[in-house]
Parts: sequence; C-alpha cells; structure tokens
Amino acid sequence: MQDLSRRNFLKTTAAVGLGAAAGIGFPAVLRAQGGGTVKVGVLHSLSGTMAISEVSLRDVCMMAFEEINAKGGVMGKKIEPVVVDPASNWDLFAEKAKQLLLQDKVAVTFGCWTSVSRKSVLPVFENNEGLLFYPVQYEGEECSKAVFYTGATPNQQLIPAAEYLMSKEGGGYKKFYLLGTDYVFPRTANKILRAFLLAKGVPADNIAEEYTPFNHQDYQTIVGKIKRFASGGGATVLSTINGDSNVPFYKEFANQGLRSETAPIMAFSVAEDELRGMDTSALVGHLAAWNYYESVNTPQNKKFIANFQAYCEKNKLPGGSKRVTDDPMEAAYFGVYVWKQAVEKAKSFDVAAVRKAVYGQKFLAPGGEIKMHDYNHHTWKPVLIGEILKDGQFKVVSRSKGLVEPEPWSKYTSPDKGCDWVKHQGTYQKKA
Amino acid sequence: MFIRLLLALALLPGLTAPAAAQGGPPSPVPEIVKAIGEVASSDAAVQEAAAVALGKSGDRKILPLLEALREGSVYVRPLPGGRKETVIVGDKVNEGDKTLVPIFTAYGRDPIQGPDGKPILADLSKLEEVSTGRSLRLVLRPLIDAFSGQSQLADPDWTVRQAAAVKIGNVGDPGGLPALTEALAKEKDRWVRYALEEAIALIQLKAGAPAERVIAATRLGALGSGDALDRLREVAATADTPPALKEAAATAVKRIERWSLLTQGIQVAFQGVSLSSILLLMALGLAIIFGLMGVINMAHGELMALGAYTTYVTQGWFQGHAAGAFEYYFLVALPLSFLVAGAAGFVLERGVIRFLYGRPLETLLLTWGISLMIQQGLRLWFGAANVDVISPKWLSGGVPVMVGIQLPYNRLFIIGLATVAVCGMYLLLFKTDAGLRIRAVTQNRGMAACLGVRSRRVDALTFALGAGLAGIAGCALTQIGNVGPELGQNYIVDSFMVVVTGGVGKLLGTILAALGIGGLNKIIEPSFGAVFGKVAILVVVILFIQRRPSGLFAAKGRYADS
Repeated sequence: MQDLSRRNFLKTTAAVGLGAAAGIGFPAVLRAQGGGTVKVGVLHSLSGTMAISEVSLRDVCMMAFEEINAKGGVMGKKIEPVVVDPASNWDLFAEKAKQLLLQDKVAVTFGCWTSVSRKSVLPVFENNEGLLFYPVQYEGEECSKAVFYTGATPNQQLIPAAEYLMSKEGGGYKKFYLLGTDYVFPRTANKILRAFLLAKGVPADNIAEEYTPFNHQDYQTIVGKIKRFASGGGATVLSTINGDSNVPFYKEFANQGLRSETAPIMAFSVAEDELRGMDTSALVGHLAAWNYYESVNTPQNKKFIANFQAYCEKNKLPGGSKRVTDDPMEAAYFGVYVWKQAVEKAKSFDVAAVRKAVYGQKFLAPGGEIKMHDYNHHTWKPVLIGEILKDGQFKVVSRSKGLVEPEPWSKYTSPDKGCDWVKHQGTYQKKA
Repeated sequence: MFIRLLLALALLPGLTAPAAAQGGPPSPVPEIVKAIGEVASSDAAVQEAAAVALGKSGDRKILPLLEALREGSVYVRPLPGGRKETVIVGDKVNEGDKTLVPIFTAYGRDPIQGPDGKPILADLSKLEEVSTGRSLRLVLRPLIDAFSGQSQLADPDWTVRQAAAVKIGNVGDPGGLPALTEALAKEKDRWVRYALEEAIALIQLKAGAPAERVIAATRLGALGSGDALDRLREVAATADTPPALKEAAATAVKRIERWSLLTQGIQVAFQGVSLSSILLLMALGLAIIFGLMGVINMAHGELMALGAYTTYVTQGWFQGHAAGAFEYYFLVALPLSFLVAGAAGFVLERGVIRFLYGRPLETLLLTWGISLMIQQGLRLWFGAANVDVISPKWLSGGVPVMVGIQLPYNRLFIIGLATVAVCGMYLLLFKTDAGLRIRAVTQNRGMAACLGVRSRRVDALTFALGAGLAGIAGCALTQIGNVGPELGQNYIVDSFMVVVTGGVGKLLGTILAALGIGGLNKIIEPSFGAVFGKVAILVVVILFIQRRPSGLFAAKGRYADS
C-alpha cells in the first residue's frame, strides 16, 4: 500500500504541486475547513465515453448542493463544490482524486461510475483519509473503508428479479437464459444468478449463459438460440447487456417472432437514460429491475423531478426541462443528503467521525426511504421491478416488501465472507 | 359473490357510484356499474372483490378495464356535483407544461366526448390514479388470461393469434380445448392454424385419453413441433407410460430433432447471408474509395453516420409534416442519405483529399482528423446521446417461411438492398461510359488524361459515389442498430477487413470476402459464442493476409498513381 501510494504520488507531483507535499499523512480536512464554506469534490467524467452517463450525476449533485446551501448549508457552512473532470480516463481518476484530497482538501467526494474508475481511486482515498460516495449499482465483492456505496449490490437487483420471475405472479418461469456483455459486472452477476437458481432447484440444463463483446450488433445467432431454448414455454432472458447493444438485441428478438408475453427479457442495465436514444417499440412489455424509477409515485419524487428539470432549465443545461431521472441519479442525490445528515450528527467534518455517523443514517429519498447499513458501508434499498412502456418510462409491477439488506459478498457465491467495519476490519472470514 | 360485493358496498357508504356510460352504447347491468366504481376504491379488499366480480361477469366489454388496471392506466375523474367516474386514459400528450390524456369509458373503452362532440383531452394532474397493488395484480392475471386467451384467438393481428395459441398450448389446460377447436375451424392463416393444431395436440398429449395421447404424439412429430420436444422426451422417459405411447413419443422426438437440425442449418445459412449483406453494403463504398482510388479513407464510418443521421432527420420531418405518410419515410431517406453523404464526399475530395493523392500516410492522418471533426460535429448538433430511429411497420417483424423459422423483414430488405447496390455498381462500372472513365483513370491516370478524360472531375465523382454508398449503408443500418455519433467507429474496422481480404481494387473480391467472413462468423458463433467468434474471424483473416498479402484477387499491374 505504501509503495503504491508513493508511486502514485511521484506520478502526480506535477499536478499536485509542492505545496501539497506537506499535507501527506495528515488528515487533510482538519486544517482545510476554515471560514464560511466547506469544500466537497465531484469526481465524474465530463468528457469522453462515460460523459453521457456521468454528466447527469454531476448535475444532480450540484442541484443537491444548491438546495442545501439555500437552506443554510451544512452546520452553517455553505458547500463549495470542486468539480474536476477525469475525462473517462481511469488513471486520471486517481490523479484527480489526489488533487481533490491533497490540494483542495475536500471533506467528501461524490463520484465514479465504472468499476474500473472506482478501483483506480480506491488506494488514493484509503491512504489519504478520504471519503467517497459511490452511486452506481455494481458487482459487489468490495468492502472499502473509504467508500459508501449508495447504489445496489447484486442481491438488491438480481435476486429479487429472479424471484419475481419464478413467482406465480411473475409468470412462474422455469428456464433462464443469462445473457451479458463480456466484462466484470455481467460475469459476476451471472455467477451469482446461476448459484441462486441452482440453490432454488432449477436444473442446470434449464440455465444457459452467454456473452457478447462490447458494441455487439449482430444478435441473429443468439436470438435463434434463445428461440430454441424458449420452445415449450416457461423461458425468460436475464440480460446484463450493456447500453449500446440493446437496440439490435431487442429488435432482433421481436423480429424473429419472440414476444414479451411468452419470453420476457429482464434487464439489469437498461434505465430511463438509456431508453432516451432508443426506438422503444420493440422493448415494450419487457422488464427491468432497479431501485428507483422516474415513474415512482411519491410526493418527494415528483418534487425531485420537478426541481431537477427546473434546475437544468435555469442553468441552461442540455435537455433543459425534458431531462429524465434514473436510478444512479437518485442514488447520487440522496448520497449528498446522507453525508449532510452524518456531518450534522457528528458535529464535525472529520472523516472518521462522519464515517461512524453515516452508519444507520436514514433518508426519505425520492424513491422511498433508504437506510445506510449499520456496518458494511452499503445501503438498504427497496427493489422495484418495472415494465417498459411506450414512452420510455417504467410501470412498477412489483415492489420488495420493505428494504432489502445489501450484501457486498453474495451469500450464494461467497458464503464464507462478510463485510464489517465495526466489529471487523472490512472483509472478514465468517466462521463456519 | 354478489353478497360479498353488497357487503363491501354496505361497509363503504361514502363510495360514490360512477356515472352511467354516456349515451350510445348499451349500458351495463347495475352490478357491473357498481363493480366499476369499486375497482377504483382505495381499499384493496374492495378492489379485489370488484375485480373478481367483473371477471366472473363474462362480459367482454369489461376486458379493456381489467387490462388497463394491470397497466395502471385507470383513473378517477371528478364530475360536476361531487360525483366521480372511473375512466381509462390513453397515451399522454404534452402541451406546454400540462400533460393531457384522452379518456375512455370504463365499460367498453369508448372515447368520452365533450358537449361539442369531440373526444375530451383531460389534464392528467386533475385525475386521480387508481393504485393497483401486488395482490390485485395477482387477482387480475388469471381473470385477464381467461378472457384474453379467447379474445386474442380472434385478434385481427395474426402474430397475436399465434402467440395466444402457443401460450394456451404450453399451459396445457384442457379447458382451452373448445376455444382452440372453434378458432381452428375459422382460422385461414397457415401459421396460426399450425399453432392451433400444435396447441390442441399438446393439450391432448398432456390430458387426453390413452388412445388420444398416442395420436397426439404422432401428430406433434408430424408437425415438427419444437414446443413439444421437452414434453415428448419426458413422456418417452417416464417409466409407467404405456408402451404404445412410449414408442409414438420416441418416434416423434426423432422426427422433431431431424426437423430442427434442418431448420437450424437453414437458419445459419440465412444468418450468414444477412451478415454478409450488411458487411458488403458497408464495404462497397470503401471498395471504391480505397480499392479503386487508393485513398485510405478513415472517415468512411463517419460518412455512414451522416447517412444514418439523414435518416433520423427525414423521420423527424415526416413526423412533423407528413404523419400520414410516415410509413414511407424510409424510402425517401434512402436516396437522401446517398445525396447527403455523396455531397459531403464531393466537398471532402475537392477541399482537401485531392491535394494528397499518392501520399497514403498523410491521407490516412487527414481523413482520420476529418472523421473526428464529423463525429464532434454530430455530437454538437444532435447531442452525445443516441437518437431513436423508428422502424416503419413494414420493416418490423418477420415472415415465417417454415416451422421454426421466421425471417425478419429488415434483414430481407438489407439483403435486397445490397444485391441492388452491387448490381448497380457493376452496371455502372462496366456498362456505362462513366464507368469506363473511372476504370481508365484508376488504371492509368496520365494516359486517360491524354485521351481527353477530365481526370480531376472523375476523381471527385468517384469519391462522391463511394461516399454516397456509405450513406446508403448508414441509412440501412438504422434499421438494425443504434444511431449515435460513434456509429462509424463500430463499422470501420469490419469495412476495411472486407476490402483488404477481398483484394484491393476488385469488386468481386469484396463480394466474396463479405460472404466468406459473414458465413464463417455465423458457422463459428453457434458453438463457440460471440466473443470467440469475433476473435476467430480476426485470426483467420490475419492468417489469410499473411498467405496472400494482396487479398483474394490481386490487382494486376498498377492501379494507383504511386
């Protein structure tokens, strides 16, 4: 760890400057927070391939800061955002994170989308007493002291979706085609799903698993396979296909004569933001599993959407009043408020104190009340199954009873591991 | 049932009865009127009881309401005098900051008209949504299935009828038999008849008398029914199955397996041809620009993107100005894409590329720079997100050609388009004067110029032609893939791969390379998966190029200016 830190440090000396060198090793925040403001970092790609997704997260964080400042700030201090652009470049993420922690001495950072960017900043936050709120559903198998994960763990998305499909109401499906883009999230997700299905007594012959490269366009063969797999009825597709490949996949699916009534696709990576650029006619009736939808019918969600659209219009952001909200945006938004509440509970901006105060924190998020876990740094969330409608929105067809506990280590694939920062030091071996 | 209903009513004295259906259509019986009011109740138990009552009423006109309840498009509309009415709402229309919806009667789903006789558009925020909980949806599902299974068998859309028949067959409930037999007697469409016969046989196999089951098993074998395969195997493997049935089932399984092997073979062949046609369409323009002119055009993909965005803009125009002819926008977009991309190619050639003939490295860098500029331009103009191009109806869905095979219209169309484009190119190059001049300039610019060919003009037009073909490819690709600023990046590698493998400068080589790469890919993919399929193709192409550096057909003599 020390080596890594030094190497990164040398690499970034130019960017950070000599002044920051003295700051290494000291809790940066203790000295930084004088005067009437508190600096917080926003670490989202504003350019490059991930910009399309991450810009919305920056926007929603900025809106939350503005809301908080309008009500007097955090403990009387106004939030002063430091927005940096890591430009979808994983190495630059680490450099920018260092800059935020050592040069700007931010009290907390909100950021990252892809797992690789998160992995790249982890050592920086861990070695420099940083605090990161990470808002995107991810593959789990991580338990960092420096990070609070406000997105879903696999069990908060995958397992309830599979349970729903197996239930009488969901259609009582018996055969499962696991289809994904070839990278870490779908691979881990399908590993967990397979273990879960096998544990539930689904015979191995009734589970198929398949991957496609990024940007795959030609789904003829796969849809043909699914069609044969689905003959005889009772089959469903669990899809972790990434953004761009979804249009050709759903189109081919419909064109070869498969229908959502007979073989529905349950998607884990298609949200409102992705549906903006799609001809949704082929998707109608298929399903998705998330923890929030724009269509969730709560007063606080209506307010959230109206405020966000007004905010975008006021600040002349692209899309203006037509902007949509989705799951990661909601998670980014309530992350800001959870941090604020924790600071107020701890009566300090000190990272160690704030971290303890986050445990068990509750917040009435747009999608319904959420609760931070008491010791594993993840979030209790509701799970919602949605059906895709013609206008690119989701109709919620099933809602988990209460909140689902986050499991960074899935009990189906890693039953011997746990994540606990109160009684243990992060990941630990459970006693058999 | 009605006692429970009345009880519920008595318990809820405040509940208001809905207004009777407005004029025209026959009014429902009072019990239904009551139940319609009650499904909008906020008490889940009352809601469920009412839904069951509606379902049991057997009145077909109530089906839209049950379906709307599942979809969540049932609302309560306040009427003057404090009364309330349960209504179904249609698709949302945005007008200013208000969201308007057309409203329909709960009974029969007839449009509700205002005093002026026009359908009312109601303000959505003034309506109160009827919440449908999990348990209500549980209750609704079998009710709707019971209703819709039958009504879907009479749907005007054949795909709906077919899907309904398949579903009833897979469920295997003997209660569905009369409806299936009745539908079969009336059905004319070959594929729906097939699905109906299959469904009947499936039900008989599951629940019929012993003799019936043997006949059903044989019948399913004769039908080549893929849906029956698992069930027949099960029957054949079960120990206490009567020997006659066991034998019939085993024979049927063999027949179906043979049939499915045949259909799989045909499917792979079609998929290969389809992928080849797409590759060919993409590579054709490049075969001219890179193959004939020797210009390494890295902006080829972006010219395709221009064609795709032209399609998007055309679609938008049709939506706004000629909604009635929307189904035909694609036929207009096709030549437009050719013209737009062709014009861009012309400007490109006249503006910059002509100064760099014979300097391949500089051309490569230049066109790559241009590709980035076009990409960024598209991003600035249309936004970084993908845009949606809606497929016209005649390019959605597919035509079933034999049991188990449905050929998608969009792919058939692209195969046709590629064929036309290739034939057109052939005729142009080899049967016209213009083609003769193009070939002359390609083979020997100096000599052609001496003989009076305006070689500069031929260059520009050839480049424009190649660019236009890229535009057509882009337009066609909107029907199978995404349209976004990065569209070109996804296709450029494949395009170059086809042209290089085919042999630079040879049209026939390009065609054969496209067929070879597409076919090989589809043969490898079913058994090894998409990821490995892609890798394997690249390896094969690399090995091939190593053996034959100049591709399938090496150009003889000189073809470029170098």
